[in-house]
Amino acid sequence: MRLRLVRENTNFDFFSRWKLWFGISAFLMVLSFGSFLLQGLNYGIDFRGGTTIRTESAQPVDVGQYRDAIGALDLGDITISEVFDPSFGPDENVAMVRIQAQDGEEAVSTTVIEQVEAALQTVVPDIQFVSVESVGPKVSGELIQTAIIAVVLAIGAVLIYIWLRFEWQFAVGAVIALVHDVILTIGIFSELQIKFDLAIIAALLTIVGYSLNDTVVVFDRVRENLVKYKKKDLKEVLNISINETLSRTFMTSATTLLALVALFVLGGDVIRGFVFAMIWGVIVGTYSSIFVASAILLWLGVKRDWTKPTDTTGNQFANVDA
Amino acid sequence: MLQIDLWKRLLIWTTVAVGLFLALPNLFYPRVEQHNDAVAAIEMSGETPELVARSAGWPDFLPSGLVNLGLDLRGGAHLLAEVQVEDVYASRLEALWPEVRDVLRPEREAVGTIRLQPSEDGALRVRISQPEGMARALELVRGLAQPVVSVTGSLSNDLDVRAEGADIVVTLSEAEQTATDERTMQQSLEIIRRRIDEVGTREPTIQRQGSDRILIQVPGIGSAAELKEIIGTTAQLTFQPVVGRTDDSNSAPGVGNEVLPSLDESGVFYILEQAPVVSGEELVDAQPAFDQNGRPAVNFRFNPSGARKFGDYTAANIGNPFAIVLDEEVISAPVIQSHIPGGSGIITGNFSVEESTQLAVLLRAGALPAGLEFLEERTIGPELGQDSIEAGRIATLVAFVGVLVFMALSYGLFGMFANIALIINIGLLFGLLSLIGATLTLPGIAGIVLTVGMAVDANVLVFERIREELKTAKGPARAIELGYEKALSAIVDANITTFITAVILFVMGSGPVRGFAITLGLGIMTSVFTAIFVTRLLIVIWFERRRPKTIEV
Repeated sequence: MRLRLVRENTNFDFFSRWKLWFGISAFLMVLSFGSFLLQGLNYGIDFRGGTTIRTESAQPVDVGQYRDAIGALDLGDITISEVFDPSFGPDENVAMVRIQAQDGEEAVSTTVIEQVEAALQTVVPDIQFVSVESVGPKVSGELIQTAIIAVVLAIGAVLIYIWLRFEWQFAVGAVIALVHDVILTIGIFSELQIKFDLAIIAALLTIVGYSLNDTVVVFDRVRENLVKYKKKDLKEVLNISINETLSRTFMTSATTLLALVALFVLGGDVIRGFVFAMIWGVIVGTYSSIFVASAILLWLGVKRDWTKPTDTTGNQFANVDA
Repeated sequence: MLQIDLWKRLLIWTTVAVGLFLALPNLFYPRVEQHNDAVAAIEMSGETPELVARSAGWPDFLPSGLVNLGLDLRGGAHLLAEVQVEDVYASRLEALWPEVRDVLRPEREAVGTIRLQPSEDGALRVRISQPEGMARALELVRGLAQPVVSVTGSLSNDLDVRAEGADIVVTLSEAEQTATDERTMQQSLEIIRRRIDEVGTREPTIQRQGSDRILIQVPGIGSAAELKEIIGTTAQLTFQPVVGRTDDSNSAPGVGNEVLPSLDESGVFYILEQAPVVSGEELVDAQPAFDQNGRPAVNFRFNPSGARKFGDYTAANIGNPFAIVLDEEVISAPVIQSHIPGGSGIITGNFSVEESTQLAVLLRAGALPAGLEFLEERTIGPELGQDSIEAGRIATLVAFVGVLVFMALSYGLFGMFANIALIINIGLLFGLLSLIGATLTLPGIAGIVLTVGMAVDANVLVFERIREELKTAKGPARAIELGYEKALSAIVDANITTFITAVILFVMGSGPVRGFAITLGLGIMTSVFTAIFVTRLLIVIWFERRRPKTIEV
């Protein structure tokens, strides 16, 4: 007996309540946006400059003690947090110390780092500094800019590609789904105040790629079925297409999630935020390719006559392998 | 029907075999690394029994390319430095003052007395006491300008000379600034590279980024502060009299002499007088040029005190060689052809154009030409890197096994085919990474894990399609064929779009993020290849042998 995530010949009606799903998505997006505006993201030093020091010691971390030691140096905003990970041994006590970028200094100052290290060493003699990272305000500003450009470029490139391969309605549907995924991901990072750094941008772009992957597979089937069922109305064709690809959608999401969860649990704390973003993205991306991308398609309507694809404007690729 | 031409089969198997062959060294990472280090050391400094023994740990006929481990995995330091290119403008103009003085002095009747004025903006300001003679003075000073070829190819002069009241103000022209910046950057890169090479660390990355930045990544170094110290040390350039030439590094040089190796001729050593005639601090400029016979050469120029010393020495030693020594290595030892009075000279030798350019760079590379401002620094301890590798390895393994089991349970025999393809896929991915010498970072490992998860997607698409086709009661062969045919457009579209994002990540990203983009992008390529060709070939071979009447997917 085979393992089946989705039983055969499903016939769910995904669009009977499409307005409700739209509403939920819109609500979540507004919520994310609100959280982003009110609370803001917990930017890592990549984006706002500053220094993080990762310490390790055999003694348990006493955040107050650390704070007192560094506080005397008058370095402005300091965040100290203990890091937990199941892979740590009993004598591995890890903390992250974050120091804000020092006013009026364009470059990274070695003296600040040395001062902090010396101060910590006096209170915890066996402390080790396993990683020290500093980013100057000049670079961090540029990094933000590059990151935003990267995300926008990716979405733009995708818009053009899908437009060429399909029709503009498909492109719009896919891109709105992508924007939806990106906003919800930023929203959860803002709401849970998870550290948002360069790696998360990589995760965001991967989510864009993944969600798109899903959407394109559904759209590909929609295109095929539009030719096959000329008489059925669009809603029905969409439903058939989603049902037909449902098994694949779940299989792929399941294998990807399986791999990601393994990484989340066992991959160590350094990339946990990154992996979390991807897990969230896979879930949201799967949801959005059905309930957002396809629903937009239903809403916008599509051209039904695919019989002479060569006549369609500007998409010589449209029927390459139909 | 289900047919794959023999040549296609051969091509597929060959690709797989080559890929796996290239990936092979990564299974024996420490041993191959030791072999590579030993081979590099033998090339540098000749064979020793110990090095030969170490290099024998891995046979030479096998590939020895490895996936480089990024800083976040190996530990080490990362610096992003901005070169303060403007520093150079001021010193260039300062050096111009004697020339301006010399050219104006004979015209004292027209311009009056000349005096250097303090200047805040880095320009050279010279006041003349008779402003009526300004036109003449400007003309003379302008005569000092040299043509520069700017990036756009248009010809302009290197100096902008203008009058401000009674002051002559000299600044570098825009074209000259660009050219100077370029030289400063080359020089800085060269110096930093030499400094770090001296420490002898493995595979440092020293890259120019944008117009005025340098990225330095050195694995295995204790901290970024240590790295800064190494870069900060100045290069020592000296001109020393040559006593003799030898091929024995242990020969006794005699009192006041020393034995130094040649930079580019291995096994050649020079015996030099220890006291330099002139040192590099007195060198103002060095440019690649051509001698009167049209052969590549290098022009150099000393400051006044250096020029005097050099002039005296060359006058007294015509016909003798003198050595240009950089960091205890003899760059070249030309013979003095004539008295060199003006403080500038030309080094000729058996140079190619590249070599003369390189030598000019090295000569200028005495000390860092401009200050460095550090914009970003990261130190990753080796333990943290080791922990990350360990965690990544376990996670990848678990993910891998999980996906294998899942696929086998879901698709039975066909799932097993997909699994074989997945294993080949990972092998190919490592082969490709080794081939291009890519760097594996922690996010890169995440990229691999993601690839493992997503690689099966193409197979899933095909298998699901075959299931559907089977329902319409076509024969199994036809169903398999249609499954592949119809799933192709979805596979291609889905992977191209993901590939687009990987490319954008690669172009826009840096460091670890770029590592992620590489593994993701290559992973897409290998997984499409294995899904479309390898799995299909496996299925076809199986089908030909068994000829099943019905199949279950």
